[in-house]
Amino acid sequence: MNNKLIVNIAISLLLARLKQTVVAAVGVTFSIMMFITLLGFMNGLNDMLDGLILNRTPHVRLYNDIKPEPNQAINRVKELKNTYHFINRIKSSGSRKEIYNSLAIMHAIQQDPRVLGLAPKINAPVFFNDGSIEITGVINGVDVEAENKLFFFNDYVTKGNSADLKTISNSIILGKGLAEKLLANIGDVVSITTSQGERFSLKVVGYFQSGLMDLDKVQSFASINTTQKILGKGNQYITDIQVKLKDIKQAPAIAKEYGQLYGCDAEDIQTANSQFETGSSVRSIISYAVGITLLIVAGFGIYNILNMMIFEKMESIAILKATGFSGKDVKRVFMFIALSIGFFGGLAGLFFGFVLSSVVDNIPFNTAALPTITTFPVNYNLFFYIIGFVFSLITTYFAGYFPSKKAGKVDPVVIIRGK
Amino acid sequence: MEEIILQAKGIQKYFHDPVDVPVLKDINFKINKGEFTSVVGKSGCGKSTLLYILSTMDTDYQGELYIDNVLMSGKKEAELAAVRNEKIGFVFQFHYLLYEFTVLRNVMLPGLKLGKYSEKEVEHRAMERLKRLNIDQLALKMANQLSGGEKQRVAIARALINDPDIIMGDEPTGNLDKKNSEIVFDIFNQLTEESNQTMLIVTHDMEFAAKSRRTIVMEDGKIIKQ
Repeated sequence: MNNKLIVNIAISLLLARLKQTVVAAVGVTFSIMMFITLLGFMNGLNDMLDGLILNRTPHVRLYNDIKPEPNQAINRVKELKNTYHFINRIKSSGSRKEIYNSLAIMHAIQQDPRVLGLAPKINAPVFFNDGSIEITGVINGVDVEAENKLFFFNDYVTKGNSADLKTISNSIILGKGLAEKLLANIGDVVSITTSQGERFSLKVVGYFQSGLMDLDKVQSFASINTTQKILGKGNQYITDIQVKLKDIKQAPAIAKEYGQLYGCDAEDIQTANSQFETGSSVRSIISYAVGITLLIVAGFGIYNILNMMIFEKMESIAILKATGFSGKDVKRVFMFIALSIGFFGGLAGLFFGFVLSSVVDNIPFNTAALPTITTFPVNYNLFFYIIGFVFSLITTYFAGYFPSKKAGKVDPVVIIRGK
Repeated sequence: MEEIILQAKGIQKYFHDPVDVPVLKDINFKINKGEFTSVVGKSGCGKSTLLYILSTMDTDYQGELYIDNVLMSGKKEAELAAVRNEKIGFVFQFHYLLYEFTVLRNVMLPGLKLGKYSEKEVEHRAMERLKRLNIDQLALKMANQLSGGEKQRVAIARALINDPDIIMGDEPTGNLDKKNSEIVFDIFNQLTEESNQTMLIVTHDMEFAAKSRRTIVMEDGKIIKQ
């Protein structure tokens, strides 16, 4: 009964000052709208930039690095155990870059329940011949299907079809920058020289554009078989195993485990690309900061309007108290007013935030660096909407708290006698 | 023996600003049920101050105040609010209606706050009181559309909604013309005669005081005649 009555009084006061109330609510609406849009846009951007690198980077990469033999001959001399060694007799050996027993390792990793999938890869440095000029480049021998499934390879093939790599023998997809240097169109044949001196002719079936210019100037892709043929290796020859995990956070632990288990080098994504997480979190912090600033400004607006309202309604408050409403009741009336401004303003803000996000989402955004992006990226995470709504309630609560407390403390005697 | 509704024992009050000035000195009196009492005195003699202490709204005093034989002094703000709601009806010099509500709603508010009756019943009781004061035709008008005399009658109806033990008035006719003053007095008189309603009215309208059954005269913070 009491609650219903208080709500009733609050609504009457609200409606009597509808214009002021709407202005206060519009402040909240605007802040929440901007908050949602900003956060959605910023995170859309984050996702896109992360995707640029992280989508195409394996969570764990197994390979054999070129490095000196850790067990130098001098280490075996027991007498010199506690001394510093300057002599490294055994030199780095790059003769076997392939992963030993690759088929068995791949089979074992495939069975691991933590693994989403894997894609084998061969890294083959070659020279592209264009008349008398030789351009250094890399041919990545890839399993097109696995690459598409795990690393969205097809998204970055801007011209031609990635599936042709598998169906057309001796075919190659060139990086956009490389293709421009070579003046190679689709259907043309480019000739390459391997580091062993073998010459090959490959047919261009597509262009690849990653968004990273430097990468596109050297990268090209061929099927695993073609690459093995170019290098003159057997069908077990694999230089990299790219593993994608179900949970990216486990990558460092799993990389360490695989490294020991399979006797090769293992690199995890966090070590390889640590700077990206930093960038993402900084952008998030900025958008939260701006959103909260907007809300605090709106909060001051509500504070002012409630203060004004209480000043105007002094007599009403006095009479309510004289006729038996306690200070707490009066406080609750004004708290209810503040919170309903927050509630409805926030709700409208969520709606308009969604609308504005959709508008941003449809603004064309074409850049040569990002072939897969045609409009501004927006993230519609439900979490932002929940946060926005909770913030609007919290801000209005604090904005309403002090004026309401003041209203609760109004001394009816002073008001009534003062007249 | 008559039933005592309100009793003041040794009430004293000081104004503290800028120096301690006594405004009420050792006030002692009783009001019995059904009495129509006027408090008169010159401006500044402390009669309004006394009324606000008796109404429980002013708690800054020494001495003891009993309403319906319950000690009010030292009670908490919320408890006093509940007492005002249930046992005291107010009529002020200015009507103090809430302009956001209709006349009917204004009268109903203290009744709804009490929560003793359902909303339907409170509405019915409010209509009864408006009828009794001959203003039931105004029930659905907004409070700011009324004339001064009408507003004061609405305020009286509001004071009556919870069947209070005592109705307190602070210059209830002070802002009204002669005709309306008479109407208000007649209403008060009628309430005492017909319903045995206790009244405590502060006024400086001597004519009004003379017509009431009992008069308390105050001077310089003391009761000089009761």
